[in-house]
Amino acid sequence: MASFWAKEVPATIIVAALLIWIMPMMIGTYTLTVLLIYGMLGFSLGLIWGFGGILCFGQAAFFGLGAYTYAIAAINIGDSTIPMLLAVLVPAAFAALLGAMMFYGRLTDVYLGVITLVVTLILFKFISSTAGPEYVIGKARLGGFNGIPGFQTLNVPGRPNDYIYGDPYFYFCAVLLLIVYLLVSWLLKSSFGRVAVGIRENEVRVALMGYDVSARKTVLFAIGAAIAGLAGGLFANWGEIVTPNLFSLGQSAEIIIWCIVGGLGTRIGPIVGAAGLAYLKFLLGQQSMIDNTLLTGIILVLFVLFLPKGLVPAIASLWRISFGQRRQLPRHGARRIRSGGARHG
Amino acid sequence: MAEIVLETAGLTMRFGGVVATDNVDFKLRAGELRCLIGPNGAGKSTFFKCVTGLLTPTGGQVFMRGHETTGWNPRQVAALGVGIKTQVPNLMDGLDVHENIWMAARRFLPMQDAMRKASEVIERLALGPIARTELGRLAHGERQRVELGLVVAGDPWLVLLDEPAAGMSADDVERMSDIIREMTRTAAVVIVEHDMQFIRSIASTVTVFHQGAVLMEDHVDRVMADPTVRNVYLGKKA
Repeated sequence: MASFWAKEVPATIIVAALLIWIMPMMIGTYTLTVLLIYGMLGFSLGLIWGFGGILCFGQAAFFGLGAYTYAIAAINIGDSTIPMLLAVLVPAAFAALLGAMMFYGRLTDVYLGVITLVVTLILFKFISSTAGPEYVIGKARLGGFNGIPGFQTLNVPGRPNDYIYGDPYFYFCAVLLLIVYLLVSWLLKSSFGRVAVGIRENEVRVALMGYDVSARKTVLFAIGAAIAGLAGGLFANWGEIVTPNLFSLGQSAEIIIWCIVGGLGTRIGPIVGAAGLAYLKFLLGQQSMIDNTLLTGIILVLFVLFLPKGLVPAIASLWRISFGQRRQLPRHGARRIRSGGARHG
Repeated sequence: MAEIVLETAGLTMRFGGVVATDNVDFKLRAGELRCLIGPNGAGKSTFFKCVTGLLTPTGGQVFMRGHETTGWNPRQVAALGVGIKTQVPNLMDGLDVHENIWMAARRFLPMQDAMRKASEVIERLALGPIARTELGRLAHGERQRVELGLVVAGDPWLVLLDEPAAGMSADDVERMSDIIREMTRTAAVVIVEHDMQFIRSIASTVTVFHQGAVLMEDHVDRVMADPTVRNVYLGKKA
């Protein structure tokens, strides 16, 4: 824990600051902003799937819920501060309920995937069918397939006319992603995080130690949803419109692909995977030769075949092979001899 | 007489038409070491699973230190301070030995004490050289030892072990019996076991199961000498 505060936190901040400084020189901040938001969305699934072992097919549901919550609250309230908080809290509360139902009901693996998938579909179908004038929350019309445009975007707290947009909004999103990253890093170093990893490794064992596995999974699931909701709120601000497409299956599938390509079980992997693939999609969107979804599919297949652990773990092990060999070799050697002895003895 | 820490009354488990354990009355006192033996299908593992909460018995009751624990799940049983090792090794393969044991200790202790406890258990079970090795890379005997470490780290007053010596070499078995003997200083221990050499080496009281019911309960030497037991368990003619 001591080395976390003394080394990891300052190092992370320095690297992040460098990236925030350098990246806008290469890619426009408008595009970068959405890459950061997708990074945060990928990160939310990377946390619950990669460290908690909960494969959620419906991370897009929390993303969409965050975006809609923000839009509806912003129209009703007029100032962006409380809507932003609600965009985090509403998906978290929704996930806590859904999670409690699933985890206390002892659903695992495939069933978990099915339930989360179906919940996403229900939300998508429901929101898409709210075109009529009777679907109103306060002053906000849900608008069906056309979504909700024209809500109050991010402003300086308490001053609704001081909008935060353009470059400042990019820096705002970047700092927020950094804060979320540091908070999650701290969480994973804490007892809660370490036990969560234990649950991923062997749920039965952790229960046999006397831990309440269902409660812990529910909390982790809600934390993941809170981060996805925050990303949704930020996305609503970036796009200045929310549509049912946020809940779509395509969106959900993409988040999973980001995590696989980036590297599951790492913190930075899903962020890199999300931002990288989203940027690729953006570049490919400017031509019409190859179909975008087809290419995403091909990338996924190639990664599953050749880099099944994902990009970041592959780079990390390459790094170890090229630079860490001298330190690693004696330990490996010693271990092999000893375990060999134990096996034959 | 010491306090009764584990008691079952009329414990029955049916799977459809099969009665796996039939009306078992069982008592275990503090500090006692008891082995459950019996031929395959005798119901000892089912009995074990009903006690640990892995199965819910169809009839009868289970008491632990006066609490009725019938129908509790394993987490609730473990939270009482009962250490459980299942037949199939249950370990966190992706984590190292220290992390595994730390997690077991952390359940009942604050952060710093759990760290101390983990180091202490690792030293006691001579796991020092492999403390930073992932469980998935360890040999079977080492894994069994780590799992005992997980049980010990929780400072249990009742320990329930299902076949702790299964598939282990003679050296490993010997070390295992040392660890178990040490456990009995602070806990009552129940062991489901096949390995008669191992049971002799820990020289305990034995409960013999046969066709779901308790056939006999006595010291291991007398049980081994009993003609009926030899007949049902060892398959020899009386």
